[in-house]
Amino acid sequence: MLLSMTGIEKSFGGVPALRGAGIEIAPGEVHALIGQNGAGKSTLIKILTGVYRRDGGEISFAGHPSEVLSPREAQEAGIATIYQELNLVPLRSVTENVVMGYEPKAFGMLINWREAHRRTREILARFDIDIDVTAPLGSFSTAIQQLVAIARAVSLDAQMVIMDEPTSSLDAKEVEILFGVIRELKSQGVAVLYVSHFLDELFEICDRVTVMRDGQTITTRQLSETTKLDMIADMLGRNPDEVAAEGMTEFGGAAAKRGPVRLHAEGVATGPRLKRFDLTLHEGEIVGLGGLLGSGRTEAARALFGVDATQSGSIEIEGAPIRLEGPAEAISAGMGFLAEDRKAEGIIPDMSVRENLTLALLPKLASGGQIDFGREREIVERFIRTLGIKTADMDQPIRELSGGNQQKVLLARWLATEPEILILDEPTRGVDVGAKREIQAFVRDYVKKGFSVVLISSEFEEIVEGADRIIVMHEGRSVGELTNPGVTENMLVSALAQHGEGGAEWTRQ
Amino acid sequence: MDQTVSIEKPPARLGSRIHGGLLALVLLLVFNALVTPNFLQLQTLFVNISQVATIAIVAMGMTLVIATGGIDLSVGAVMALAGALAPLIFLSEFGVAYPALGVAVAFILPLIVAGFCGLFNGAMVAVLGIQPIIATLILFISGRGIAQVLTNGNLQTFSNPAFSYLGTGKILGLPFQGWLALAIACVLFLTITRTTWGRYLLAVGGNERAAFLSGGPVRRVKIGAYVICAVLSGLAGLIVVAINSASDAARNGNLMELDAIAAAVVGGALLQGGRAPIFGAILGAIIIQLVKYTLLANGVEDEVALIAKALIIVAAVWIQQRRKA
Repeated sequence: MLLSMTGIEKSFGGVPALRGAGIEIAPGEVHALIGQNGAGKSTLIKILTGVYRRDGGEISFAGHPSEVLSPREAQEAGIATIYQELNLVPLRSVTENVVMGYEPKAFGMLINWREAHRRTREILARFDIDIDVTAPLGSFSTAIQQLVAIARAVSLDAQMVIMDEPTSSLDAKEVEILFGVIRELKSQGVAVLYVSHFLDELFEICDRVTVMRDGQTITTRQLSETTKLDMIADMLGRNPDEVAAEGMTEFGGAAAKRGPVRLHAEGVATGPRLKRFDLTLHEGEIVGLGGLLGSGRTEAARALFGVDATQSGSIEIEGAPIRLEGPAEAISAGMGFLAEDRKAEGIIPDMSVRENLTLALLPKLASGGQIDFGREREIVERFIRTLGIKTADMDQPIRELSGGNQQKVLLARWLATEPEILILDEPTRGVDVGAKREIQAFVRDYVKKGFSVVLISSEFEEIVEGADRIIVMHEGRSVGELTNPGVTENMLVSALAQHGEGGAEWTRQ
Repeated sequence: MDQTVSIEKPPARLGSRIHGGLLALVLLLVFNALVTPNFLQLQTLFVNISQVATIAIVAMGMTLVIATGGIDLSVGAVMALAGALAPLIFLSEFGVAYPALGVAVAFILPLIVAGFCGLFNGAMVAVLGIQPIIATLILFISGRGIAQVLTNGNLQTFSNPAFSYLGTGKILGLPFQGWLALAIACVLFLTITRTTWGRYLLAVGGNERAAFLSGGPVRRVKIGAYVICAVLSGLAGLIVVAINSASDAARNGNLMELDAIAAAVVGGALLQGGRAPIFGAILGAIIIQLVKYTLLANGVEDEVALIAKALIIVAAVWIQQRRKA
């Protein structure tokens, strides 16, 4: 084995991210690593490349125990990484990017540019790339930039190249070029660790696949002996016995009787990530958006809330067509949107629990621009009590709260505005089991009062049990609908897989 | 002052931040009392108050801009522009014909022009999305240029007691502009702590995406901060002209952007935004002014005083970074 990682442990602030994870890669092998968001793929890679220090476990690379402490050391050891966001400098020339940090020197200190250009051309020629190496890298397509990154890695005598979502910004033709390069690497005996959400690709280029879930390595299979359905089942960890053992969520779908239509969206498109989205939402109903990462779930939510401008299609609230120019208008139209990324789009870290909780309510809390502090404290107190938010007092900065309590504050931020339509994007991601169940119960109570919810979740369990209806999403389109009661996770999984196998919509076109 | 409006219980951090500044102030006062000749004179107090008021007024505006995560380099140029306009107005035929009206317009019109400068800065930053340093660099360069063109590069001297009151008047024996600065501070403090605009200001600086998704009027808030900052700069420009009974477009407000940024940072403003310590800005302004005064009164060259100022900024930023870590 070229690389062997076993029993890797890592936790962040007491929260385990990896629990006995491991992976084995042979020389010249193209090895896929898959798993849901938060399964621990990137943590595992970052430990391998020296970005994070492991808490426990063994790593051996090329026959030696590996103790890399920085990305630079990893590179010198022969492990190169091509990140999702290319870490190259677009304004500098191709040559500069390729030789950066390893420039050939003349007289011991000056860069020998002639030699550098020659070497760069030679490296690129190995991959049949013939471009002007003195031109700025940014003037070339993403695919070429990616290939330059790979060329750079190989020029540093990498024995293994890690590619994190290498095809996510490439078109079909560029993907073919990339695959050619990967085959070339393989023939030179270089191993490739290939992380991707596009499962169909794996069959084309990879030898084996390792599946991760919840910080653990679930299985490693030969791709020639596996199917996409197997891989999805492994990723989700779904088999009937386990569901029975884990028990139900606090949701219980399809309990509600359907009221009149509250929101109707038809043919909504905002760009390449959301091409055609249809939704009908009734009073007192939870509609789930089911789909894998990149299927356009979040984009659909952003379109409904007026964050992304719609290019075509129509949205009606209570029968009246509406065009929202931004969140402020959506809020006054009676909507709320709990965003997916709590840190980047939710909390204002240095502000207090109170100020965070009332942020969306602020216009209603003020008269003549003056905040009514009495009412503010009263409302905040009520939500801290009913949601059981654990905080020293309401003036404690929100960053000092645990993830689950932060999420409760953000949920309260929206519940306080009493929106008729509440969009929840991953409402329970990254919160502990207790807070998760509580949040699910609040949402259910809220809907019982006649309000409507659009629910997005990567956890199929949550969607299947939580939603009254599920809109199945694929490649930026809503492609089907499942109605509770009676929906099982297997039904959702196969609805997703069908579209992958049948219409080839899962592959990149 | 901290961003939280804690009426009952100020957070613990508040204490240490202000204590650092107050400690520096006390040290400066003790040092001066011992070393600087004639420091403990009323005259010294008057001189320092009248000097510090302009820095404090601009620093408060700068604090608002910094609270949004921005910066305003054009404050000194806006001072020069407003300062150049005022004498042009009350020395004009119109101003001479209607002296009372002339002085009134000489107060108001420059502030309106300054406000438009702020609108320009704010629109560049909030609407076009240009980086604040670059956006405000435009007026930093051109503002003073316009002022010099308006005055043909001449020093405008005048004698106008009504206008000069702004810089030389006294209330209860203390300089008028000191009271003015204090009044502005109180208004701004209440605005930040009690109004939705103030809450949004801190929210935008603390996490712009989150503030936007929660319905915050991000553009309006940012533009507002730049407009207030520019109007306050214009006012400071008028005060300087009033003190000197002369307007020198080349020197009015020169390097004020550095003093104001330094005062805001020393006062506890975080350069990444989210905090607007108004009274901190005044404390910062006092410290900056006292350092300047201490060095000058003890015969240190003006140029050396600049280095001292730079060191204060470095120290304040360093302390901020350590607090964060």
